[in-house]
Amino acid sequence: MQLIDQAFKQKKGIGIIPFIMAGDPKIEVTLDLLQLLDQQGAMAIELGVPYSDPLADGIVIQEAAERALKEGITLKQVLEITIAARQRGVKVPLLLCTYINPILQYGVASLFKEAKKAGINGLIIPDLPLEESEEFKEIAKEEELALVPLVAPTSPLKRIQQITASAQGFVYCVSTAGTTGIRGQFSDEVESFLEQVRKHSPVPIAIGFGISDPQHVLRFAPYADAAIIGSALVKQIAARKHRLCLPEERAKALEEISSWIGKFTSSHQE
Amino acid sequence: MINSNKFVSQTKFGKYGGQYVPETLIHALNELENEFFRIQKESQFQQELKDLLENYSGRPTPLTYAERLTKEIGGGKIYLKREDLNHTGAHKINNTLGQALLAKRMGKKKIVAETGAGQHGVASATAAALLGMECSVFMGAEDVKRQQLNVFRMELLGAKVIPVESGSKTLKDATNEAIRYWVTHVADTFYMIGSVVGPHPYPQIVKTFQRVIGDEARRQIMKVEGRLPDHVVACVGGGSNAIGIFTAFLHEPEVQLHGVEAGGVGSDPGEHAAALSFGRPGVLHGALSYLLQTEDGQIQPAHSISAGLDYPGVGPEHAYLKEQGAVRYTYASDKEALAALRLLSQKEGILPALESAHAIAEGIKIAAKAKKDDIIIICLSGRGDKDVETIKKAEEGKENAAN
Repeated sequence: MQLIDQAFKQKKGIGIIPFIMAGDPKIEVTLDLLQLLDQQGAMAIELGVPYSDPLADGIVIQEAAERALKEGITLKQVLEITIAARQRGVKVPLLLCTYINPILQYGVASLFKEAKKAGINGLIIPDLPLEESEEFKEIAKEEELALVPLVAPTSPLKRIQQITASAQGFVYCVSTAGTTGIRGQFSDEVESFLEQVRKHSPVPIAIGFGISDPQHVLRFAPYADAAIIGSALVKQIAARKHRLCLPEERAKALEEISSWIGKFTSSHQE
Repeated sequence: MINSNKFVSQTKFGKYGGQYVPETLIHALNELENEFFRIQKESQFQQELKDLLENYSGRPTPLTYAERLTKEIGGGKIYLKREDLNHTGAHKINNTLGQALLAKRMGKKKIVAETGAGQHGVASATAAALLGMECSVFMGAEDVKRQQLNVFRMELLGAKVIPVESGSKTLKDATNEAIRYWVTHVADTFYMIGSVVGPHPYPQIVKTFQRVIGDEARRQIMKVEGRLPDHVVACVGGGSNAIGIFTAFLHEPEVQLHGVEAGGVGSDPGEHAAALSFGRPGVLHGALSYLLQTEDGQIQPAHSISAGLDYPGVGPEHAYLKEQGAVRYTYASDKEALAALRLLSQKEGILPALESAHAIAEGIKIAAKAKKDDIIIICLSGRGDKDVETIKKAEEGKENAAN
């Protein structure tokens, strides 16, 4: 949690938080990607846990989850990936991004405990709204993990106040009513939505859902502390999934992804 | 003793149920909840719904004494609650008429629904056509292939059927996709859920519109027998016809309630759809209930010969009733359902839906062990015309296997 707070304090301009699906296309590739994103100046990284029924996700992340599930990736293995990444020297804050059912089956208390031990700094649970989050908040507090809440353009002002009041780490602002996925354009109302959340939130705010172009990051830079790049990055990985699995081609494919994400991480400093 | 009405203003049944959905939907669910509680007290709404149920769908449906079946089994007296005689051929219309009126009251002009075999899709398309609303139905690509006729029926009724290619391409994935669509179009679209599943307040809403089954059956049995039944039996997929008939008897300790899940072809994962019998609590489609899932919490595909029961979850109130011991849950296999279907067809001239045949299979077992003057009511949730092709294939398969 402190690591996330520090990351926001130290940032210049808007921070970049990439999302990748753990085990897509293979565990070794995920480790390489975590290192690469850290080196490229990601402010934090969301590590997705694959789930069979991802309600909040569009097709790109659904397919990434399917690939990871075919690899047999479990929540336990995602924690092992985290441990290995930390051993490789990945310093950036890591957030576990998972639907609630795998956590319930793992056991809420033991997951939070083991996630903390593995080097996770926070959690994002897209199907855990305020109403159901009481127990989770308490356990997160005990383990000093940030339980990052989501607010949506459909959340009334009173709800935004309630949600942000107890937020830790940062608040995840959903740009558009819909699922995750690449979007060409955003409503004119996104800025005023972000202003409203920022006004009430005691912690920094990040914008996600649809951010797929460095121009998007520039547009929202005055209104948010970080931008989450999910489907657009996952699509870059998917386009190279075979090459990423071939030892002789992996380095080149990683380099291409690195230069792609570099356009985002450098855009905020212009 | 269970007084389920005391839960009406809460989001859960014991620990089950809840609202495990993305934040984007919470406001819409709250609006829906407010409007739903308002219309329950509003006599004009109740009158409109009553009028549709009577003069459009044909309620009350009869309670038929199955005399020849009773003689054949040689035990307790078997009565059938004839939901198959509803317009569109199943109990599903009770719910879609209610929800469509509610949608209209909320100013929504578009309906989105999920469907497995197509029964809820047809009932949704029907209600939407009647009330002049646009209707989109998500249906797994596998089910689209298996249920071509129902797809065409929905299209004839003016609905748009959208095949779902994700996941296992069946009902669970159609439900995911309907919810994703709803998240994206929440401002002008009403999500018409087909069973007592999903986030609060849906299980309450569907129960409220389906409880007419049990309320009628109770009045009818009192009229012909002068007393309550000893047993009430219903099939359970999501569990809406079961909740619909059970609710009127839940606080009567002398009435034994039996929920019958789809036992499919065996007890291994992927061979059945019996979430209460073989599953564990978990979250699917916004509610905590029993689920078929792996150790790691990934949802497992279900199997049943009956597409309407082919769902890896079950309504959260059933999970609660199971835990309270208020209902006995069991299962019937594909084979038992087919045999019961044949028996009912030949003894009573009633071809039941494959879903309902699961309840018949268990009802017969109960009747065989019962005393002569014991009374058993079986909820005949739908008619079997839609299943003729599936039944034919299953029978041919059996012959092939025998040769």
